[in-house]
Amino acid sequence: MKTGTLSSDPLRGDGEAAPSWWRERGRRHIDWCTAGFCIMGGLLVGITVLALANMATAELADPVHLFKVAASSEVIGSILLTFGAGASAVLLLILFGTPLAYVLARSRPSRFKGVVESIVDIPLILPHTVAGLLVYLLFMRRGWLGAPLSEVGLAFEDALPGTIVAMLFVASPFYVNTMREGFEKVPVHLENVARTLGAGTFTTFRTVTLPLSLRHMYSGAVLAWGRAIGEFAGVIMIAYYPFIISTLIYYSFTTDGIHTSRSIAFTVILVSFGVFYLLRRMTRYLGRYDDRV
Amino acid sequence: MLVIDSVSKSLGEFSLSNVSLSVEDGEYFIVLGPTGAGKTILLETIAGIYTPDAGRILLNGRDITDVPARERRIGMVYQDYMLFPHLTVEANIGFGLKSRADPAFIRGKVEESADLLNIGHLLQRYPGTLSGGEQQRAAIARALVMEPEALLLDEPLSALDVKTRENLRAELARIHEATGTTIVHITHNFEEVFDLADRVAIMRGGDVIQVGTPEEIFRRPNSDFVAGFVGVENLFCGTGSGDGTVAVGDLRIRAENAIPGPVSVAIRPEEILLSKTPLPENGKNVVIGRVDSVRPNGGLVRVSVDAGVQFRVTLTRQGFEETGVAPGDAVHLAFRSSAAHVYPPGEEEEA
Repeated sequence: MKTGTLSSDPLRGDGEAAPSWWRERGRRHIDWCTAGFCIMGGLLVGITVLALANMATAELADPVHLFKVAASSEVIGSILLTFGAGASAVLLLILFGTPLAYVLARSRPSRFKGVVESIVDIPLILPHTVAGLLVYLLFMRRGWLGAPLSEVGLAFEDALPGTIVAMLFVASPFYVNTMREGFEKVPVHLENVARTLGAGTFTTFRTVTLPLSLRHMYSGAVLAWGRAIGEFAGVIMIAYYPFIISTLIYYSFTTDGIHTSRSIAFTVILVSFGVFYLLRRMTRYLGRYDDRV
Repeated sequence: MLVIDSVSKSLGEFSLSNVSLSVEDGEYFIVLGPTGAGKTILLETIAGIYTPDAGRILLNGRDITDVPARERRIGMVYQDYMLFPHLTVEANIGFGLKSRADPAFIRGKVEESADLLNIGHLLQRYPGTLSGGEQQRAAIARALVMEPEALLLDEPLSALDVKTRENLRAELARIHEATGTTIVHITHNFEEVFDLADRVAIMRGGDVIQVGTPEEIFRRPNSDFVAGFVGVENLFCGTGSGDGTVAVGDLRIRAENAIPGPVSVAIRPEEILLSKTPLPENGKNVVIGRVDSVRPNGGLVRVSVDAGVQFRVTLTRQGFEETGVAPGDAVHLAFRSSAAHVYPPGEEEEA
């Protein structure tokens, strides 16, 4: 499997991996179409690079302040809370989203299935404030689900469960759709064979389909987690407190001003980069057999 | 004995309509038909992947129509092997035995089955590292290790190259001999029939058209479709006259089973003799015509002769050279009345 072909720099890449037009450039002619595409794409990438560079320059000029903010218990606690709430949302997604993804992958097209598919995708198309309101109205103390659950002591308003539920809602399409793609790649005939060999439906799922979809499960979970920890508008409606990192940055931006909020933001960027880099690396050791299906 | 009794199944674009077949114990039964004839659905319905919309399936006397696939004791091998890519060959073959408690027993069974297929040296390999032929052997071993009451093979040789296909074909015959398993094998390749099949069923569009021994199908097709499928190139419409002859255009062809009324006549191209000099009649049909074209085809030569109707004759290269004919020559054709096979006319041939 080739990984990271999109982000690898063809100048530094070995000759084999570089696309042929690049190697031929010096000797033959310039493909103006591809060159134009590269320039246009470069502008897009350039904005991100410029924004990061802009922030990094300012922050690295005052490392003492950066370190003071980054090491404050408020920031560390908020980062841990955000990551933890995101991870909890992802665990719930794995538990409930995996069966849903499997059913969607294996059922034949029907009107009902189309409706379910649209419902799964709803959080993708809604403005996040709308998603936040939906979650709030359902889980608030007087909400349809919030009221009975608060009876048994599970409160969502301005509490961690509220954060998790909001994250779960906005992240669910990312997990379900990725997982479903993975299941669809496992040939139905493989499952048929397993059944003729005496395996029941669940045994087949557990011993054949799931192991062959592990990589999709993993990348779906990473995507959903990334989406969950980045959520702001969806979460603050139901749980302004405890501060997740987005809320903390916004709060700090509106009260302390740019200087502190920028330092928190830069800290978050560094931590997120590190974590996602590690998570991406780990995919190498996972589901090596997916490609052969 | 495996009995498929009036089974119908509709699955979108593919379907089975009222299919009845019965496969004897230990028989090697081939289902032959073009792509899209519903052959795979037939096998998957027998295996229990699908439940028929109507009809019954009986295996050795018990009605298995509603028995789930995992309890049917019917093995299945697909064209594209369908080995579990995340498991070694050993784990693949042992997959169905996993519920047994005794690891030594499983290992013994797996090795026995692998040895039967000559893949004992591949047990620790992963499927992705095997050739097509090796993968198909592993898939067959995986099905056989369960000691199935019937083994279903879905185009098992179609994805393989010519040489591997011949080897594995011989292997299938040997395995059938050694295990005595009832086998239902589906294919679109007529070549596989003569080497392997005890009996053959021809399918088209979800229907079974004809069932018989390979010899019967080959010599006495019951329809234009079967005749075309098994390579009968001379198909004529005619009128049977009840005196053992059939009028085809201006010709009167003697045929063994000539029935009165409108009929089709099928004559295999290799059963016709061709000569520049008159041929002795000896009770044969003799026809005079003119050579239209001569087309060499590997070791064979196909000659097209206009005798009022168009005859196609296949000769060996040697046989052709001995006749010394060239396009435009007047020639004599002769064929036995038993070579002219008559059946009621059907709808237009599609193959």
